[in-house]
Amino acid sequence: MSRETEQQNRRMLRARDAMDRQFAEPLDIPALARIAHVSEAHFIRTFRATFGETPHRYLQRRRVERAMAMLVSTDRSITDICMSVGFSSLGTFSRTFRDIVGESPNDYRAAHPAVSRVPTHFSMAWTRPSSFGEVRGTPGA
Amino acid sequence: MFSNINVSQIFVLDQDEALDFYVGKLGLEVHTDVDLGFMRWLTVNVPGHPDREILLERPGPPSMDEATAAQVRELVSKGVMGGWVGFVTDDCRKTYAELSERGVEFTDGPNEQPYGIDAGIRDPFGNKLRFVQPAQ
Repeated sequence: MSRETEQQNRRMLRARDAMDRQFAEPLDIPALARIAHVSEAHFIRTFRATFGETPHRYLQRRRVERAMAMLVSTDRSITDICMSVGFSSLGTFSRTFRDIVGESPNDYRAAHPAVSRVPTHFSMAWTRPSSFGEVRGTPGA
Repeated sequence: MFSNINVSQIFVLDQDEALDFYVGKLGLEVHTDVDLGFMRWLTVNVPGHPDREILLERPGPPSMDEATAAQVRELVSKGVMGGWVGFVTDDCRKTYAELSERGVEFTDGPNEQPYGIDAGIRDPFGNKLRFVQPAQ
């Protein structure tokens, strides 16, 4: 791998970190492309080549990950969690959650106890769904 | 059996650039910087804690072949390499402000957590680091 590719990876990672910080806000491709020092047309293609999925798909998984953490560690309503992670429709949120995790937000909350001794970023990263529901059998697989 | 941990390790892609970051920006101090011929043994530590070193290791021959080193560099630059370090701070928000002023990139935080206040940063190469102000 060339130095140029490593630097491109690093710039894409910088843009992805920006998405992580602003996960509840609408996807701003022009701003992310500027962070990554690529054209808008190039950004989505390069992001996908680097991380294996489009920025939109990554953001959906990230939002669902945050929702999973809130469902387990708070008693906030599903609607409240839905809005706070960036979804504007409860129906879309519930459907996306079920597609990714394999169960409804309510069922997920009922089935998963909080683990408070593990650093939050660590438990979120490990419980982040790695597919978009293509792999069935294990919820969140 | 064991009484402590004395060395941990992070892969860095350039050791001079790593020094600028880990010492120049994060405020760690150089513990050992020796050219062994086959590698540069470069370790840093939190000031006042020389008993706990962090090896800033550049992947490459002869410890691994170049193709493997390229794989390691790819993983580092994508931010998925292991070996991350968690630091403790007396004041997370103050540390956040100081590091921000020095141009350090933050991935998240400061966050109120059940265990304290924490934040995440990245080094120039993609490695993630964290620091926490433990709850009283």
